[in-house]
Amino acid sequence: MPKLEDVARYVRSKNAGPFWVTIDVFCADDDAYARLKQAPLLTPRGVAAVYSVDADIVKIFHDDPLRVIKISFPRPIIQGSLKDTDSHAGQYFVALLGRDIHDAPDA
Amino acid sequence: MDRCRVLVPSGVLGSGCPAEALERGISLQPHAIAVDAGSTDSGPHYLGAGVSKMTRKAIKRDLRDLMLARDKLGIPVLVGSCGTSGTDSGVDWTADICREIAAEEGLTLNLGLIYSEQDRANLVQKLDAGRITALPPMEALTGGDLDACSHIVALLGYEPFAEAVKRGADVILAGRATDTAVLAAVPLMNGFSAAQCWHAAKIAECGGLCTDNTRRGGVLIDIGHDDFIVDPLHPTNTCSVRSVSAHLLYENSDPYRLTEPGVVLDASQAKYQQIDERRVRVTGSSFEQKPYTMKLEGSGPTGFRTMVFVGISDPKLLARLDEWLGSLENHLRSGIGSVLGYRDSDYVMDIRAYGWNALRINAAPPSVERPLETGIMVLVQADEQAKATEIAKYCNPYLLHYPLDPSDPLPSFAFPFSPAEVEMGQAYAFRLNHVVHVDDPLELVRMKFEALSNGGRDAKA
Repeated sequence: MPKLEDVARYVRSKNAGPFWVTIDVFCADDDAYARLKQAPLLTPRGVAAVYSVDADIVKIFHDDPLRVIKISFPRPIIQGSLKDTDSHAGQYFVALLGRDIHDAPDA
Repeated sequence: MDRCRVLVPSGVLGSGCPAEALERGISLQPHAIAVDAGSTDSGPHYLGAGVSKMTRKAIKRDLRDLMLARDKLGIPVLVGSCGTSGTDSGVDWTADICREIAAEEGLTLNLGLIYSEQDRANLVQKLDAGRITALPPMEALTGGDLDACSHIVALLGYEPFAEAVKRGADVILAGRATDTAVLAAVPLMNGFSAAQCWHAAKIAECGGLCTDNTRRGGVLIDIGHDDFIVDPLHPTNTCSVRSVSAHLLYENSDPYRLTEPGVVLDASQAKYQQIDERRVRVTGSSFEQKPYTMKLEGSGPTGFRTMVFVGISDPKLLARLDEWLGSLENHLRSGIGSVLGYRDSDYVMDIRAYGWNALRINAAPPSVERPLETGIMVLVQADEQAKATEIAKYCNPYLLHYPLDPSDPLPSFAFPFSPAEVEMGQAYAFRLNHVVHVDDPLELVRMKFEALSNGGRDAKA
């Protein structure tokens, strides 16, 4: 099972305002980019299942010239609230790294 | 005017711009210097408390450099989101620093102050008139949401900056504004296309982040009628198609459609072209007009926090860490009830085992057998500081000595300091993610002008 961390060159996450998080998946070459564009894990349904959010509100962008897949969704825990352990959402991407890119668990 | 050049020294005022970068920027004859001084990025504390994240000395160093450059060139300096959150207190705090610099350097200038903090009663009227709408994922606003905020700011568009420049301000210190409005204001007021101005401003909003070496100062945006050029300030820095185009990805939820007051930038068809080894030209962006809205940001208190942190590296305990944590938490909650007399609803306690999925990245337990060591953070929140600390103090001896098995001889764990409790003060939460519709971009804005002559003060209007 190919894991995201084995196919992508670099993955990062960041808050996009207090209520959203955005994840950028960078690919080293066209082959990896093509595979990840098709990957069930990186669809609204796949992402929604990993982060326990509603698939309807997950936004996915494909930037072909940059070979980047961008994923944005509302943070399940709002920035600065008591249960927030990651103010800048900088480590949110880690939950995707070890997953099979063919995974799209039921949301 | 064929082209309009804006010098952007850094992504945020106070982060510094190397002298050789600023000098080169000045030599390119910019028409304005513009920089943002704030963000919600660092959380709800700064807006809720109305205090700056940057130190006064760092702001003073940067502002001095910019005021001296301005004095040489006779061009305006525009600063947005003063004091991190752009409250009125943030504008006044920055204005004091500006007056101090003017006095020390013997500068003569017109200071323009733009305020965008909002009065609750006025916003309630807007709400009642159906003029405030929610942005996803928020629900419709209620009066209670407004009451829960200690500070509310409306993000300024470019128009108030343009108005202040027209009225002769040399140094403009503004409340909360969109990062881009500050940078786009002078080119927009000189008739350049919204497509070029907003896109260029978006690329330059984080200063050198759109360059190949992000630690060598900011950029100059050179805006024409059909294109703009991004030129890194530092003589040895470079921009590439990749560094410039990739910047739209950074901390934007949508990298192609960017909403600003009264306009949506569409960068999806933009073309990026390397014109020499340093600079990138951008063409092909477009824009749509839309009804004028200003985004609202609000933050208010949620309670007081006290934190205790303890380190553990005993391998026997770490092998059964989840079991120990569960037992400890039950014991603590039971004692907080029976000894201190607090109900569950009187406080919130969060126990995090750093080194053992404290960030809760995955719902499943970590796949490794045990951590090398763990840092246990106990975070308590209550409606008074004394109460949060009282609960934390009650936890203290158990965090120091709680045994894995009741029959174990008393163990001790590693507190890093004494006292082990750290009072964290008032905590805040963001309350608003809404926009307010206005008929006039200046409707919710207040301005003040002041002539500084060799540092002396003389209110003009």
